[in-house]
Parts: sequence; C-alpha cells; structure tokens
Amino acid sequence: MAGMEIKRILATDCGSTTTKAILIEKVDGEYRLIRRGEAPTTVEAPAEDVTKGVLNAVGEIEDLENRYLLGEDRDSVHVSSDGSGGVDLYVSTSSAGGGLQMTVAGVVKTMTAESAQRAALGAGAIVMDVVASNDGRLPHEKVASIRKFRPDMILLSGGVDGGTTEHVVELAEVIKAADPKPRFGVGYKLPVIYAGNVDARDAVRDELAENMELKVVENLRPVLESENLGPARDTIHELFMEHVMAQAPGYPKLMSWTGHYDEGDWSQVPIMPTPGAVGKLIETVAHKESIEVMGVDIGGATTDVFSVFENLSGNKVFNRTVSANLGMSYSVSNVFASAGIENVMRWVPFDMEESDLRNRIRNKMIRPTTIPQTLRELIIEQAIAREALRLALRQHGDLARGLKGVAQERTISDAFEQTQTGATLVDMMSLNLLIGSGGTLSHAPRRAQAAQMLIDAFLPEGVTMLAVDSIFMMPQLGVLSEVQEDAATEVFDKDCLIRLGTCIAPAGSAKKLKGPMARVELEMPDGQGERLEIDYGEIRVVPLEVGKKARATISPAKSMDVGAGQGDTWTGTLEGGVVGLIFDGRGRPFHLPEDDGERVAKLQEWAESLQSYPEKYVTMGGE
Amino acid sequence: MAFAYTPGLRVAKATVVRKERRLPLKGEVSVSMGDRVSADTVVAKTDLPGNVRMLNVSKIIGLPPGDIPELLLKEPGDRIEEREPIARSKGFLGLFKNTARSPIEGVFEDYNEITGQSVLREPPIPVDVDAYVSGKVVEILEDEGVVVKTFGTFVQGIFGIGGETRGELKLVVDGPEEELTADHLDETCRGKVVVGGCFVSQDTLHRAVELGVSAVVVGGFDDKDLKDFLGYELGVAITGHEEKGIILMLTEGFGRMNMARATFDLLAEREGLLASVNGATQIRAGVMRPEVVVPLEEERAPAPSERERPESGAMDVSSRIRVIRAPYFGRLGKVVSLPPELQELESESKVRVLKVEFDDGEKATVPRANVELIEE
Repeated sequence: MAGMEIKRILATDCGSTTTKAILIEKVDGEYRLIRRGEAPTTVEAPAEDVTKGVLNAVGEIEDLENRYLLGEDRDSVHVSSDGSGGVDLYVSTSSAGGGLQMTVAGVVKTMTAESAQRAALGAGAIVMDVVASNDGRLPHEKVASIRKFRPDMILLSGGVDGGTTEHVVELAEVIKAADPKPRFGVGYKLPVIYAGNVDARDAVRDELAENMELKVVENLRPVLESENLGPARDTIHELFMEHVMAQAPGYPKLMSWTGHYDEGDWSQVPIMPTPGAVGKLIETVAHKESIEVMGVDIGGATTDVFSVFENLSGNKVFNRTVSANLGMSYSVSNVFASAGIENVMRWVPFDMEESDLRNRIRNKMIRPTTIPQTLRELIIEQAIAREALRLALRQHGDLARGLKGVAQERTISDAFEQTQTGATLVDMMSLNLLIGSGGTLSHAPRRAQAAQMLIDAFLPEGVTMLAVDSIFMMPQLGVLSEVQEDAATEVFDKDCLIRLGTCIAPAGSAKKLKGPMARVELEMPDGQGERLEIDYGEIRVVPLEVGKKARATISPAKSMDVGAGQGDTWTGTLEGGVVGLIFDGRGRPFHLPEDDGERVAKLQEWAESLQSYPEKYVTMGGE
Repeated sequence: MAFAYTPGLRVAKATVVRKERRLPLKGEVSVSMGDRVSADTVVAKTDLPGNVRMLNVSKIIGLPPGDIPELLLKEPGDRIEEREPIARSKGFLGLFKNTARSPIEGVFEDYNEITGQSVLREPPIPVDVDAYVSGKVVEILEDEGVVVKTFGTFVQGIFGIGGETRGELKLVVDGPEEELTADHLDETCRGKVVVGGCFVSQDTLHRAVELGVSAVVVGGFDDKDLKDFLGYELGVAITGHEEKGIILMLTEGFGRMNMARATFDLLAEREGLLASVNGATQIRAGVMRPEVVVPLEEERAPAPSERERPESGAMDVSSRIRVIRAPYFGRLGKVVSLPPELQELESESKVRVLKVEFDDGEKATVPRANVELIEE
C-alpha cells in the first residue's frame, strides 16, 4: 500500500451476539495488539443499527486507553488522512443477522454441486441446501426447498465448458419457478451467480436475468480435472457487500466507515463475512510458512473447520466447512443427539442419570449465556465439546476432498497403493499446525484442557503443533491481511496465537507391540540430553516453554509411524508451549477401555499427566 | 458500580402489547387504521403461488425439444385441467399420435426449448393472517399486514412448542409446586389454556390432547418426554411449526421446576379470561420466547403495583433473582452484594459474581451470567 504509513489500526468483528473491537499499533517498529473492547451486537430491535454496537465496543477501548478513536460528533470511527488523530485504517467483518446464507446448485451432486458448495463455504457462507440434477428430488420438491430456505444468494454451476447445457438450464428453470424472496429488504432482487458451462450462459440469462440480480462469472469447474473457485468466491464477497449487507440495519453506514486514506484519497475496504476472513488468515499462514494448517472455531451455534492440505499434485488446497448445527449453546442439544449419550459420557469420569444429563443440556440450550460453575459442569461441557469437534472434523473430511470424476494415470506400482479420486485431503499425519478457537477452547480455565480437547477430538498423528486463538481475533486479522498483511501476521504471531506445545503421537497397530511405541532422545535448549520411552496407553509431558526448541530423534517401533514412515526414525525440532511437549501413546486408532473402572482410571491418569484438572478430579469417580 | 445488566423474562400484569401481523408475501390488508379487531379477525390475506410441476413434454412426445413449440396446445398463462392435453404429435398418417397431458389442474406457465420441459403451476394457496389478540389496528404495513395494539397481561415463557392458539385461562392445580396430572383434566378443559404447576408428564400431555385442550402452561417438562412426545430429537432451539394438537409453554425450564410464584398468581388472577398463546421459540439471531397474552377490557395506565420489571434490567443489591444453572438451579433469592473484582469458581474460571441469600437463609456465590431477574 503506497502513501502514508499506517500506524494505528482499528478492526471490528460484528458477531451474531457480540461486537469485538481491537486496536493495533506500530510500537518500536512492530505491530502489536494494544487493547480489546466488546459490546452486544445491535442488529435486532430495539437498536436495529449495527453501528451502535461498533461505537460501544470502540468506546470501551477509548475508556480503557484514555484516547479518542471516534469522531468529534461521537457517531463514527475517526479515520485520519494525515495520522493526526483517531486511527489510520479501519476494517471490519460481520456474521450478524445469521451470516451469509446460501443455496448452491450443480448438475452432479458429487462433482459440480460439490465444487459449488466448496466455493460458497470458502467465501464464508452457510450452505442451507445443495440442489443437484441427480439429488433424487423431483423438480417441485427442489422448488419447495429453495422457497423454504429463503437464501440470501444462490450459486448456480453445472457442466464443464463445452459440455451439455440441458441440465444446467433445467436448474435455472427450477430457480426461476421458485422465485425466492430475500430475507432482508422486500423491494430488491435476489442475487444469483452463474458459474457453469460457458455455452449455457445465454440460456441461463433468458431464464433468470429478468427476475433475479444475475451475475455471470467464469465456470468454477471448467474441466473435470480442476476447479476454479476464485472468481465465484470473489463475486460472493462482492454481492454480499452490495446486496445482502446493504439491506441489513445500519450496514450502509458501517460500509462507509471502513477504509483508509491513500495519498489524500479515500480508499474503501470491503466488510468480509467473518468465516471468510478467518479462512483468509489460515490460508495466509499456510502459504507464508509453507505448512499444512487446520483451524477450528467452536461457537454457540456452529463449528467451522478450516484447512490447508496438499493434494495429490502437490498443490496446497484451502477448504472450509461449517457444521451449522454443532455448537456449545444454541445447538448443544444437537451435538448430544448426533454423538449419542455413550460418546459424550465416555469422556466423563463419573456416572449420571440420562434424564438428569438431558435436562441439564437442554437448560443450557434455552439459556445459552450461562457458564459452568462447578467442576462437574465444566467436565460435562468439555466432553460435549470433544464430540462437537470430532463430528465437525468428520464433516470436514467428507467435503475437503480431491476432485471426483478425474481420470488418473497409474503405473503398475501404484496398483498396490491406490489413492482413489475424491479421497479426503485431510491427513492428520502430515498436519503441522492445529489452531483452536471459540469460547470453549479459548476460555478453558487451564490451557492444558484446550490441548486435551483438541487432541482427543482431532487425534493428530505424528508431530503436530497445537495452538489456541487467545481472545478470538482471527476474523479481524483476516480482513486486515487483505490490506496490511505484515500487521496481520505480526499480531497473529505475537498476540493472537498461544502455542500450547507440540503433540507427538505414534500411529499404527499396537496389537503385536512388544516394548515401547517409540524411544525419544531430546536435546533440550540448555544442552542437556533427555531420553524417554512412550509406552502404549500413556501420556507423558516434558515441560518446554513457549519459544524454546528441542532437537529430537524419535525411533518408533516397527509397526509405528511418527511422520517419517512406519518404523523409520524421525529427526527434527520440537517447539515448546504453555503446556510443553505432549507425548501421546494412546494409539491411533484410539480406543478408550470398555470397562468403566479402567476407563475412569485412564481418564484420571491422563488428566494427571497433563495437569489438566484440579486434584478433585481424581476423586470424582466415586461421587 | 454495584449493579449489572442481566436478562429476564417479561412478566407484566398490565401493559401495552403490540403485535406485528405480517403476510409471508405481499397481499391485501383487509382492515383499516383504528379498527377494533378480535383475535380471530382476518387482518390480511394473500395467495401463495401454487406448487410447480415440471413435465418433460419432449420426452413424452418423443421429439427433440426444438420441435415441440409448434405442437403445443397451450399458451403461457392458459388455464389447464387435470389430464388435459398440453401437446400432441402429428403422428404418422394421422395415427400413432403421442399426447402430453397435464398431471394437475392449474396454469400452463412456460415451455423451454433447450430442456424440453414445461412448467405447470398448481392453483394458488390462500393464506389468511388473523389478529391473534383482540385490540386496535394502530399501523398499516402496506400490502403486508398490520400492527395490533392491545392492553393486557403479558407472560413470557422460556421454551415452548407449537404455534398460535387461544382459549380461556383455566387453573387446575392449587399451587406452583403441584404437578399437573391427568386427574386434573376433564371435559371442562376442552378449548382452554390450562395452567399447571411445577411439571407435566408426557402421558398427561397426551391426555390433554385427547380432551382437546388448547394449551398447557407449566413450570417444567422432561427432555426425554419432549423427544417421545415430538417423535424426534429437537436439535436446535427453533420451534413453532410442530403440529401436535396442543401448545406447550414452559415458564422455567427442563426438569421438575416450580412455576415462579408471581407468574402463577398472575395467571390465577386472570382465570376465565380469553388468552392468546404462542409456543414458538427461537434462541438465535433475534430471540423469540413463547408467550401468553391476556387482553384486558379497557386501556388504562398500569397501577404502580402492576408495573413490569424491565426485560433486561439493572440488577442491584436486594434485587430478586433466580439461579439458572447448577448447582443452585431454580433457587430464588435476593442479591446481597455485587463484588466488582473477578472471582475464581470451583471450575477455576475467573468471572464476575454476585452473592445471594436464598429464601431459606442460605448464602452462596454465583456467576452473574447464571442468574436472571424475577418480578415478585
């Protein structure tokens, strides 16, 4: 960015319940987080103006910092053109009013429709429904479904360039017949993006141009072998701003505030959907560090999973999924219903009546802002969180896949190690960094609890760094990275990310194991050597502070793999964290003992190794 | 600063209630500004476009899509009867003709030369919106609906199922701590809004449905019973569309929970009056709670004793509160102090708390997030 140096940055995230503001400043040559403020979001009655919540959140920072960030009239953010006062740049994200809700359509469910779904999710949308020519529903059922969901926007794709046009025009017909009405604003046309076969553009225009706000972009699946999601994703962001946001209360005003001066001229920075911004940040980190990254944000209503993994061709592929009904308050009963009581209770070291547990969970749903006061309540809540995370990861694995329908050339040697087309890209062995975010993880009373929840739910394999977002500022940093990448990555690294430590988990069959799963030699930062063995079924923790590194040689048993291959020695550097180096010998695949007594004993043993709960935890089984 | 803001459910003896009554699509408003309406007065109506049926005419006729237009017997906008021919092939020497017939009664909307499909639309579905409460029309939302204003008792619940209904309020238990059982119900409860005490079981609820009870208002209900009663597990807290033949409103929550004394006494006082009940609950993006509205005869200023506590208000020392999470769930008491500094809980979370003295004299510390204000 040319022109004036940006020194003070204000970034807000207007969430569905809370608006969070952060102030970033360049101090001694580096960008740091200075202060955070928050206030209830004000999209709904009685305020019905999102900027009120923004002003309140920024006002909190003003009070705490004793300086002015708002204009003289106190009803806007003061972005200065000459660095004289207020801030130099203001950016914002938003998921208020239920976020961006979309319906996507494509010809073949597992091909173009799935690509369309990936494009919409990647842009930060909640996908309400996936309509496909072969989804088994009759046309009038598809019409009824489009009407029922009242999406904010529709993404229509279908057909490779030059392929058949009939099916995609048929889908356009269905959309036309449904004639869905937007959720906000009675008098405007519903945005529809067409990103399908170029040959069908005119026919699609004939069907939809009159009654919809139709935007035609490049085909998102021009050939079977590749996706081109960028243009569709960018257009979703653009239409989100122009149409959806512009209809929501107070947004036109907020949109006029976000931006900065560039050599005296005002330059606007668009508001991004919150999950789109988080995804942007995860992608930036993965590319910058050249690593595979996974991020998870567990909220009250939904759980988002983001990942960047390498595909078969060696390209880094970004994916995002949102599990719309897996969350810790509004959707908590759904987690319980989806996971089943046995799966939740397996993480709990005491017995409970099913009806008592059900009523407790339901009461949390109807009063979502309450917090666990007792240790028992905390343990139950964290047990549910493990299951929500586990289910969200499973859904992510289902969608983050290579492209289906792609012909692969194989040599005879591949015949023994075939990788199917459409196989999941999620590989817990090659994953380098796992980031947790959202109240349950960011605000767990002990950081070791967050580490344990992440490990239990995601079961990382080999060597994986674990981290949590300290105060959930990834959305703001994501949108900031669009305009001031250095500021976003510096603050992310120094103030946002709390490194919990490295998890080392041997994977492989433990059936014929004689002796330890792996032998480890560590060279600690002070030069001291340390040797340890990872025995099957145990967790061991070696303290190593944040920022400290240890050289390690890990020799797994014959049937085990820690990242270098089965039975092969791994050498490299392990990074410390607030918990330390976590050697997880519980096995991958992981099984809890079926016998209740043994299970409880194991849970207590692991909690003791990690120091994740107070002493009282070990006596709870008898309560 | 010895106060805090905390949410609470509205329980108002006499207040002004405004209800927006809106059509799902634009239509016609059938009342005028200032009109007095009763609960069942239709205030707006519209026709929802009928369902769409697609018919692959090209396939039925057996010719390419481009050859069909000249064989069509209907123009866009034409009315069609069930089994009426839409297109007919010329056949061979006048024989072997193929006919595409409409599977529905409705309108021929369109034919597409690329897909070979025609779009047929079923007759429109009429939709009426009633006033829901008796009162006065105070605002006309052009082509969309009205706002009805009424003066009366307003009680919000915490959770409900089913949509809107109405009926006379009938008290069948002696106190807020008594369970509503099948023995309390008989033929006199038909069409009534029945008020119970601390709990209702699934069996009793089924009995109420058999007897034609309009709605049941109680303190608590078991989640397991909810699952069995609905026939499925309710995933997220969005209700209102259940069609179980009855509306259920819980004032306190899940489990056996005494109805708040103030709520119970207020509903008892209004016994015999016509109440409008809505069970719809939505705890996400614009919270919606179930409610009982009892319009009163005439509009007047509420007496001081009738003034409601604010929906979300300033909690102060001596405020009456209810704890809404374990370990003191459901207990009532009085705020003794509001320490400003964060305190560590047993769970080791550091949060803002308050000290409460329960009605039996016991004292406790609870997180501020775990209480709600109550009116008594």
